[in-house]
Amino acid sequence: MIHIENLTVIFNAGTPDERAALDGLALSVPKGQWISVIGSNGAGKTTLLNAIAGSVPIAGGSVVLDGIDRSGEPEYRRARIIGRVRQDPTAGTAPDMTVMDNLALASRKGPRRLLPAKPASLKRRLLERLAELGMGLEDRSGENVSRLSGGQRQALALLMAAMTGPAVLLLDEHTAALDPRNADIVMSLTRRFVRDFGLTALMVTHDMRRALADGDRLVMMHEGGIVADLSGEGKAAASVEDLVRLFREVRGEEYAEDRDLLA
Amino acid sequence: MIEAVLVEGLVYGILALGVFLSFRILDFPDLTAEGAFPLGAAAAAAMIAGGANPVVAMLAAFAAGGLAGAATGSIYAALKVPSLLAGIVVMTGLWSVNLRVMGGKANMPLISDNPVMDAAYGLLPNAGDWSAALFFALVAATVLALLALFFSTEAGIALGALGDNEAVVVAAGSNPKVLRTSGVALSGALCGLSGGLAASYQGFADVNFGSGVVAAGLASVMVGEFLFRSNRIGVQLVRVMIGSIAFRAIMFAGRKYGYIIGMGPNDLRLVTALLVVGAVAAGRFKANETARRGLAAARDRRPTREARP
Repeated sequence: MIHIENLTVIFNAGTPDERAALDGLALSVPKGQWISVIGSNGAGKTTLLNAIAGSVPIAGGSVVLDGIDRSGEPEYRRARIIGRVRQDPTAGTAPDMTVMDNLALASRKGPRRLLPAKPASLKRRLLERLAELGMGLEDRSGENVSRLSGGQRQALALLMAAMTGPAVLLLDEHTAALDPRNADIVMSLTRRFVRDFGLTALMVTHDMRRALADGDRLVMMHEGGIVADLSGEGKAAASVEDLVRLFREVRGEEYAEDRDLLA
Repeated sequence: MIEAVLVEGLVYGILALGVFLSFRILDFPDLTAEGAFPLGAAAAAAMIAGGANPVVAMLAAFAAGGLAGAATGSIYAALKVPSLLAGIVVMTGLWSVNLRVMGGKANMPLISDNPVMDAAYGLLPNAGDWSAALFFALVAATVLALLALFFSTEAGIALGALGDNEAVVVAAGSNPKVLRTSGVALSGALCGLSGGLAASYQGFADVNFGSGVVAAGLASVMVGEFLFRSNRIGVQLVRVMIGSIAFRAIMFAGRKYGYIIGMGPNDLRLVTALLVVGAVAAGRFKANETARRGLAAARDRRPTREARP
C-alpha cells in the first residue's frame, strides 16, 4: 500500500544549515498493516509523514501509494486517499464550525459540489458514527468544535480522518497532547477504526510501550533513515529495554538520557 | 426618513455581505470592493444606457464584480502576495477600467432612464420611498436566501471551513486555491451587484463611488456582530443586513443632527472609522468577559502538552 524508495528531504537547502531530514529512506508497508515509528526528536518521523502526505517538498525518491507514484501530486490530491491525525487536537478540525459541519465536510473526499452538504440520510449516518465514539457528541452535533475538550476534538479528528476508509492512515503522535485517560480512549478508537475500516496505518509515537503493544510492525528511525525494523516474533519478543539498548547502539553512548528522551 | 435609511441599508447591505464573506468567512482581508462596487455601478449604468433589461443589467453588475474578485483571488493564489496587496492592485487597475466602461466619463447619469427605480416606485403606487424600501427588501431577501442556500451546500461549508482551518479543507481532498478564489469572486460579485443597485438608487454611476466602501461595509458587519451572537450562518447573514441598516441609521443621524456638535457631512468618514475601532474594541471587551467566565470550564479540558523543540 505504501512503497517508498530512496526518499530524500533536505531542509535549508543551499544554506550552511543544510540538513537531510530524510536521507534515502526506503519503506514498504503492505495493505492492512499497522506500523509504528519510533525515534528521538529530529530523527525524521514527522518529516516522513509530511513527505508521504505531500506537505513538504521532496528532493529525491518516490512515494507510491495504492500503486500510483504520488511524488508530484499536491497535498490536497493525495489527501483523497490519505487520512491524517496530527498531535495538536486543534489541527484536524475547524473550531468555529459545528461538529456536524466538520463531519459532513470530511465525509466525502474530492472537489466540492453545489449539492446539499447534509442530506437527512447522511446526517443520520454521521450521528450514528458520533454515537459510536461513546463521548455523547451525538447530542452536541450543533455545537461549535471549539467548545469540545481536547480529547473529544482528537476523537472527532480521528473519526474524520478514518471514516472514508482511506488507503493510508497517518498518525503523528496523535495521543501525545492528551491526558492519559483521553489518550487511552483515542488509542482504543484508533484500534477499532483500523480494524473496522481495514486501514493501513503508520503511527509515529514517542511511547515505546504503545509502539510494542499496538500494531504489526515497529521501525526505529535515526538521522533520516530506518535503523531497525521489527515484526512478527521479533516484535513480540522485544521489550522496552531492548528498544532502549538498540537505540543506544545506533546512537553511540553520547547521551545518557536516552531513556528520558524515549520515555 | 426611516424609509430612506432602510433603502440605503439594504442596498449597501449587499456590499456588506461581500465584505463579510471575504473578511469574516474567508479570513481574507481585501480591498477589491473599492473597485468592484463602482465597476458594478458602471456596468449597470452602461447596460441600462444601452437599453438592456434591468435584470440583465444587475446580473452584469454581479458578473463584473465577480471578475474583479476572481482577479484578486488569482493574483493572491498565483503570486502569493498578501491579500490586501492583491486587492489594492485590482482596485487601482479597476479605476481605469471603470472609466472605460463609462465611455471615458467620470460620471454617468441614469436620470432619463432608470428602470430599476421605476420598478421600485411602481411596486406600491403612491407609497413613495416606502415602495422602494419594500422593493429593496425583496431584493435583499432574495440575495440572503440564495446565499443561505449556498452555505448549506458542500462548496458553502468548505468555504466556511477554509477561513477557519485550511487543513480541514485540504484533508477533504479539495483544492484550497480554487475554493478561495471562488469565494473572493463571490464576494466581489456581491459588491458589484450592490454597486449596480446603488447607481440606480442614486441616479448615477461615478468613478469615485467606491471610495470608503470597505470601511463602511466592515462597520456594518461589526455593528451587526455587536448586536447579537450566533454561530448559524443564516442568522449571521441576516445580521449583516441588520448591521448595515443600523450603520446607515447612524450615518443618517450624523448627517441630520451632526450640525448640533458642529459636524458636517465631510466628517462622516471619521465617524465610520471610529465606529470600526469602537466595534472592534467592544468585541474585544466582550470576548475577554466571556473568556473570564469560561475559564473555570476550560480548566478541566486543558490538554497536557508535551514539550517539543
